[in-house]
Amino acid sequence: MSNTENSNETPKRTFSRRKFLLRASIGAGVMIGVGYFGCNPMRRSLAGMAEEAALGYDNKFDAIAWFEVTADNDIILHSPKVEMGQGIFTGMAQLVAEELGVSIGKIKVVHASSMNRPVDPRSTGGSDTISGLWVPLRELSVKMRVMLLENASKILGVATSSLSIGDGVISGGDKSISFGEIVSQATEWNEPKKITLKSKKDFKVIGKAIPRVDLEPKVMGDPIFGIDAEMPDMHYGVIVRPPKIDTVFESADFSKAESMPGVIKVVQESDFVGVIAKSKTQANLAAQAIEVKWKTNKVWEQKDIEEIIKVGKGKPVEIQKSGSPKRILNGDDVITSEYSSPIGAHAHLEPNGAVAFVEKDKAIIKISTQVPKFTRTEVAKTLDLKEEQVEIQPTFLGGGFGRRLHTPNAMQAALLSKAVGKPVHVFFSRKDEFQHDTFRPPTHHVLKGKLGENGLIEAIEHHVSSGDVAFGSVLFPQALENVFGADVGAWRGGMIQYRAIPNFSATSWRVKLPFATSWWRSLGLLANTFAIESFIDELADKAGKDPVEFRLAQIKDDERGRRLKAVIEAAAKKGEWGKKMPEGRAQGFAASTDANTPVAQVVEVSVENNQIKVHKVTCAIDPGMAINPDGIKAQCEGAIIMGISASMFEKMEVKNGALTPTIYGAYKMARMRHAPKEIDVVILEGADKPSGVGEPPLGPIGAAIANAVFKLTGKRLRDMPFKLT
Amino acid sequence: MNVSFTLNGKAVSVDVDGQTPLLWVVRDVLGMKGTKFGCGKAACGACTLHVDGDAIRSCSYAVQFAEGKKVTTIEGLSTDEKIHPVQQAWMEEIVPQCGYCQPGFMMATAALLEKIPNPTDEDIDNNIANICRCGTYYRMRKAIHRAAEIQQNSNS
Repeated sequence: MSNTENSNETPKRTFSRRKFLLRASIGAGVMIGVGYFGCNPMRRSLAGMAEEAALGYDNKFDAIAWFEVTADNDIILHSPKVEMGQGIFTGMAQLVAEELGVSIGKIKVVHASSMNRPVDPRSTGGSDTISGLWVPLRELSVKMRVMLLENASKILGVATSSLSIGDGVISGGDKSISFGEIVSQATEWNEPKKITLKSKKDFKVIGKAIPRVDLEPKVMGDPIFGIDAEMPDMHYGVIVRPPKIDTVFESADFSKAESMPGVIKVVQESDFVGVIAKSKTQANLAAQAIEVKWKTNKVWEQKDIEEIIKVGKGKPVEIQKSGSPKRILNGDDVITSEYSSPIGAHAHLEPNGAVAFVEKDKAIIKISTQVPKFTRTEVAKTLDLKEEQVEIQPTFLGGGFGRRLHTPNAMQAALLSKAVGKPVHVFFSRKDEFQHDTFRPPTHHVLKGKLGENGLIEAIEHHVSSGDVAFGSVLFPQALENVFGADVGAWRGGMIQYRAIPNFSATSWRVKLPFATSWWRSLGLLANTFAIESFIDELADKAGKDPVEFRLAQIKDDERGRRLKAVIEAAAKKGEWGKKMPEGRAQGFAASTDANTPVAQVVEVSVENNQIKVHKVTCAIDPGMAINPDGIKAQCEGAIIMGISASMFEKMEVKNGALTPTIYGAYKMARMRHAPKEIDVVILEGADKPSGVGEPPLGPIGAAIANAVFKLTGKRLRDMPFKLT
Repeated sequence: MNVSFTLNGKAVSVDVDGQTPLLWVVRDVLGMKGTKFGCGKAACGACTLHVDGDAIRSCSYAVQFAEGKKVTTIEGLSTDEKIHPVQQAWMEEIVPQCGYCQPGFMMATAALLEKIPNPTDEDIDNNIANICRCGTYYRMRKAIHRAAEIQQNSNS
């Protein structure tokens, strides 16, 4: 058996039959077999539904279709939302399977092409896929089921009430017909006017810990990512980017590069130079031989950045206020603390890029993107094409985390392809990825608080200074900046959640940085929660109260408050808060609410040789309703480890005008040895509909670690990444 | 130059610059996309594959050094009859999230289990040094222990 020499002679892999089915349907948007929904009545009907169901999906073209039936009688769901690891393909398949009445194995989820398929009007992000599609996607699925039953009834001559739906087949009496046969024979698809969604007590698929539907292709190493995409006669491109921030392109001498082996063409655009060659290595070598003249307006240093990011500078907007905190926060007994967080990189493993093929009247872009619609708009504009002439084929994302909400790489790939009339594969180097990221902005926080005679907080205020997150993004039109006033991304997690405190306020200070900052998983949540929840611990310490009791005593008795209280109590209970800890270990606690999902965490840490180690994390989360408990656990585990990495290790700095470091290792991140050996997730269901999961569990982890370290060492950590010396 | 080696049990021969990283030969010339590019500097491990059974970071391994050797990628880890214990364990523990770094981790793990069939947590910490941004380390550790168990059961 272990003789690998002979193993490839056996033609059939018995264990992976399902894999090939998956491959056939997932591939690069290939439609297989016969009998899928291609007929216009069906499409128009579904398009109408999509509108009526208030999905908010772009209906510019008449052929929106969410579902497709394959020759194997599988149902393909063309997802306008992208899968970047967060597990939504599985959650969506569960919603569809539940209401269609078929098993999960019959649902195949693929990324919707922007051509004739549903296009998401905004983005995949903000932890809102499942909560946003909770009603509309189930309604579409019910309508699909009703229409299949009605057409089966007509074809078979059996009343719908006598028919039942099975895995790919509808049967009744002694007759049956497959989904594929229905689709090929039906002439009319009449949208049902009245539909009924299942009630929670009847759920069979929703709420089950089903293994993720993309598990097998990911374990077998299938070519599912943007960087894996290929097109016939494809060339490879490299973009030369400025070596410093605040720098513009002046001129380039590429005479040497042009004559290098394999080089097809060097392209000069207004703001970049690109090389196209027969192989990636040849393109890289040629790019290095291009001499570009850049003009740097100012050579920035880290101290310049730190001077900008200070509460008191820039434009303040009060985002929350109750009572009169300003009046009360005076006198000697006011406690004031400052906290900070650094510039953070996304550091996702699959670099940004695209495979583009531009012809006279059309363009195809295969790309890992969180914003297919905006990618399409930008490419169309760049090429002077109509939007319907540009097809975006989204692929699986090798990490998203907000990095793929900006896709200028699609435009660059399109321009290179246009220049040579061939498909071109263009991807960032890791150095470019680090230097030209859209970074998590650094933050500075000032908190003031005062305890009342009852030992609870009488007044508290939080000031946060941050670079832009939402502002300046394609997702946030500039006109809205004045309406919103403060950057909604920067202040995420920045409000006071203990609303039984009589006086509280939060203020967001906006400053402009000389490099791009933007969305990073959970946006301001990690840094804001680190500052506020550390400060709450400081106040609890000052009041001589247990941090958990202290928090519980100041939560308002409303729905939001009750759910927050429940996760705090659940985490404290499961994490055995207050238990006697072994010598050299201590517990820490923190909580946050984000995307309508409260999360509380108990951590157990030790410190050896000034190194903090997180041994165990207990995480209680209330995602409203759990669609897939295992997927929720996975998101909690991942967010906790990403949060440990960001809180304890990660830091970008500006040196000699450039963002640095530019390689993993030098950009220190959590590895296997830093991950807690125990992560215990408790899921509460405090509502009758799902709320967000992907980002909320990232909130408390930094503060919880800092609070544990304070308990253990007496040292209060005020700056991320944490340092004990 | 011409370089010949076996890829997943099949003899292959390529005509490329000998300095070309094995990663790009495997991906772009031979069309096996399971081995991933992460950094190009052997710092993240996404490109890990096996050369004569050793875990190698193929982004920094010139193809000329593969001459006459046995190269195995994620696509060739399982045999035709039997899923590899590491992949089996990865399925059972539902490890991947985005999935991009996972082939590199599985290849590193498979090589580790050849040398240390029943690794301790410390062995895992010391030997599995790839990077996963989704933070699947917690499940990976469980999957590595599970893979060791599957491998030992199948050998006994």
